[in-house]
Amino acid sequence: MPQVSMTVNGKTATGEIEGRTLLVEFIRETLNLTGTHVGCDTSQCGACVVHVNGKAVKSCTMFAAEADGADILTIEGVAAPDGTLDTVQQAFHEHHGLQCGFCTPGMVMSAKALLAENPTPTETEIRDYLEGNICRCTGYHNIVKAIMAASGQDVSKIAAE
Amino acid sequence: MPKDGGIGASTKRREDARFLTGIGNYTDDINLRGQAYVHFLRSDVAHGRINGIDTSAAEAMPGVVRIFTGKDFETAGSIPCGWQVTDRFGNPMKEPRHPVLAEGKVRHVGDPICAIVAETREQARDAAEAIELDIEELPAVIDMKAALADGSTKVHDDLDDNLCFDWGFVEENKEAVDEAIRNAAHVTTVELINNRLVPNAMEPRVAVGDYNRGTGEHTLYTTSQNPHVIRLLMGAFVLGIPEHKLRVVAPDVGGGFGSKIYHYAEEAFCTYAARELNRPVKWTCTRSEAFLSDAQARDHVTKIELALDADNNFTAVRTMTYANMGAYLSTFAPSIPTWLHGTLMAGNYKTPLVYVNVKAVFTNTVPVDAYRGAGRPEATYQLERVIDKAARELGVDPIALRRQNFITEFPYATPVAVEYDSGDFHRLMDKLEARADFAGFAARRAESEKNGKLRGLGINCFIEACGIAPSNLVGQLGARAGLYESATVRVNATGGITVMTGSHSHGQGHETVFPQVVADMLGIDASMVEIEHGDTANTPMGMGTYGSRSIAVGGSAMVRATEKIIAKTKKIASHLLEASEADIELKDGQFTVAGTDKSVAWGDVTLAAYVPHNYPLEDLEPGLEETAFYDPNNFTYPAGAYACEVEVDPETGKVTIARFTTADDFGNVVNPMIVDGQVHGGLTQGIGQALLENCTYDENGQLLSASYMDYAMPRADDVPFFSIDHSNGTPCTHNPLGVKGCGEAGAIGSTPTVVNAVVDALQSGGIKVDHVDMPVSPSRVWQAIRSAG
Repeated sequence: MPQVSMTVNGKTATGEIEGRTLLVEFIRETLNLTGTHVGCDTSQCGACVVHVNGKAVKSCTMFAAEADGADILTIEGVAAPDGTLDTVQQAFHEHHGLQCGFCTPGMVMSAKALLAENPTPTETEIRDYLEGNICRCTGYHNIVKAIMAASGQDVSKIAAE
Repeated sequence: MPKDGGIGASTKRREDARFLTGIGNYTDDINLRGQAYVHFLRSDVAHGRINGIDTSAAEAMPGVVRIFTGKDFETAGSIPCGWQVTDRFGNPMKEPRHPVLAEGKVRHVGDPICAIVAETREQARDAAEAIELDIEELPAVIDMKAALADGSTKVHDDLDDNLCFDWGFVEENKEAVDEAIRNAAHVTTVELINNRLVPNAMEPRVAVGDYNRGTGEHTLYTTSQNPHVIRLLMGAFVLGIPEHKLRVVAPDVGGGFGSKIYHYAEEAFCTYAARELNRPVKWTCTRSEAFLSDAQARDHVTKIELALDADNNFTAVRTMTYANMGAYLSTFAPSIPTWLHGTLMAGNYKTPLVYVNVKAVFTNTVPVDAYRGAGRPEATYQLERVIDKAARELGVDPIALRRQNFITEFPYATPVAVEYDSGDFHRLMDKLEARADFAGFAARRAESEKNGKLRGLGINCFIEACGIAPSNLVGQLGARAGLYESATVRVNATGGITVMTGSHSHGQGHETVFPQVVADMLGIDASMVEIEHGDTANTPMGMGTYGSRSIAVGGSAMVRATEKIIAKTKKIASHLLEASEADIELKDGQFTVAGTDKSVAWGDVTLAAYVPHNYPLEDLEPGLEETAFYDPNNFTYPAGAYACEVEVDPETGKVTIARFTTADDFGNVVNPMIVDGQVHGGLTQGIGQALLENCTYDENGQLLSASYMDYAMPRADDVPFFSIDHSNGTPCTHNPLGVKGCGEAGAIGSTPTVVNAVVDALQSGGIKVDHVDMPVSPSRVWQAIRSAG
């Protein structure tokens, strides 16, 4: 079986895989980082989003073998080592941007990628960007609000209710 | 009383800490040493006779442990149905056997035939492809009316036909209703479809069965909204395992919306196989598989008639529905189109006569059961659509017509058995009018039209019955379970509290909200209270979380248990303070002798309970742990008034939600932030049903919408920000918190709002369309525009 080696959340991660092993399977099952989730099998839902070499990627749509040598960031690597939440995570917490939590890792990773390329996105830009992240619980209202807040925008006028 | 963290506070959630950092514990995150994996080989035809299953080649493949078929479960019990409906002639519904693995026939695409257990998931799937099935395809029964026609192929050969039951309610009133309709000054009729949906919680189902040969204990980890119910149904009815040898654990569950209530075949399989093979057996559903195996939703074909007198008062409602059960009866299925639907047909209105007829039909499709709202969206949709149409036919303002017919006195005994305890529908409509800026609509419409779009305004009310339910009432109606809830409040020696609840959160924030209730009652900080839920080993028997019941029923059980704690701690305090128990006050975590400054702290009292040296042992046992089971006296009845503005592009048919405003009455509210989130989510699911989602089968029973490529889930760019309000509700009069619950309301009230708005938009453009069926997709709108000429 082929070997693969990559950096995950700053640490070297090595493992045996099959050619058909998806990156998300490697992350969840070989590395036991179960924060990245599988919500579909047609690449729509976004629960599996991680960062590969700084870009948001659906890890269900990439083979582990393709990630050989790459620098991966998963949800487990987002908060500071002492547990302090990063800006996006904190904003999701402040604004109740999650309920069951299953889509949340992918949402956070997508939101971080959005803010990296567009530091103060409009509501429309955020909603458009999140087309690849499906949430069934929140109705997106508080997720969009959280991302706007994380970008430093004033969300007090957005109906909370 | 600490204002932060008590009842009414928008306390931020504890659950967030683990979910935001990827250290939640969902069932697929659970891996047991030595576990094997199961893959289910499922039917790819909707209806067929199994003439042979040849597993020989598959058994020889690498990593295969064992392959199971229906033969292995012939002596197992049927997957049970938890509600027996009696038809309008007094006969019980038809209840065909529902095997764990297919016996003799397959009855829907996705029906599990074989279970392949192997060392890895991939090996199990690879082996499945080597199984040879000899299945003789039979005609598929898909359309409900065709299913009931003479000579139709039978889904279940041991039944006379495909009719599960023909239910009438209230049967004794049928003639009076028929007469009222004959004599009415005006009758409005709507024929409509409540489209079949797939609940699609983002977390697919998972089951991990485990067995300890040394102790004889079975353990099932499962994505369930109600682990105790699974334990009872599976243990007592399917596998014959007594509860004291069966533990069911539902860890973090990623959404349910009803689809994770039911006992499913895969749960029974994994539990059984773990014992047979003496190793853990794990199953993870793929999304494609979920589309073929999770219970689906709604699927009613309805004709409703509203009779009015010459003054526009509602005099009668008559409604006839075909309700799809699918191929087998899922756990609650028969109750959804009957008791959770017919009983809401008075709505917010004084209509004196109501008759509801429902024909429940078996078809070769995936079983149908409750999904957010469960029967109440179906009732609200048809009632509010026919009222809207009546308003248009009569040339009356849709709000005025509703107001004229509102119930205004409570409690109100409806003609469909339920009695509403409290409400104020005029005030809800006042709030909606104040917040939805109807006055500004004309200008907004003009602006839309300048941009080439039609703009419509849709308004409706709703009321629903939730907080399920009084056990003896539902028992009389055919429920085979009680619907109480439970709580054990265990106060520890140093004053912290563990509350074990039979409710089970799957996104609703119970770990945050329940402590608010207990802390508020005791006057301590909410951080001193910890919730345990989801594990039958450490929680009292409870019916779980669905039907907007956890605060109304689960919270009430917690209140009752905490009241017992308060009573006992006051006794202890009175001993410590050498005062009479009647003089002891508990406030802000201190027990004080009334009118004095003699007090003792919460922590001193709790310590005394466990170190009973200065303690009335002759009269009082040590310890501080109390349990309560709460059986509600009635349903609760949240209500609301909703308004929606849509833009319709007449060129493409695309409908966009421009504004959505709600005024809801949830009674008292414990955590407003959580309630907001529940409404947002419910509205989005309702909008999804109204505009996007449709679970469709072709005439051969092939599921056409079997992935997120074809089933249109609402996404962030399909909905706007919502403007919602649930302040100053009318408290529930029959539970200690005065709460009504809120989890389903958004999904119940919203489908008619959207469709009413679309009709309004089209008519504003001179397009003579008075109804478009859901989902109101661009092609349907486009078609409706062209057909209207």
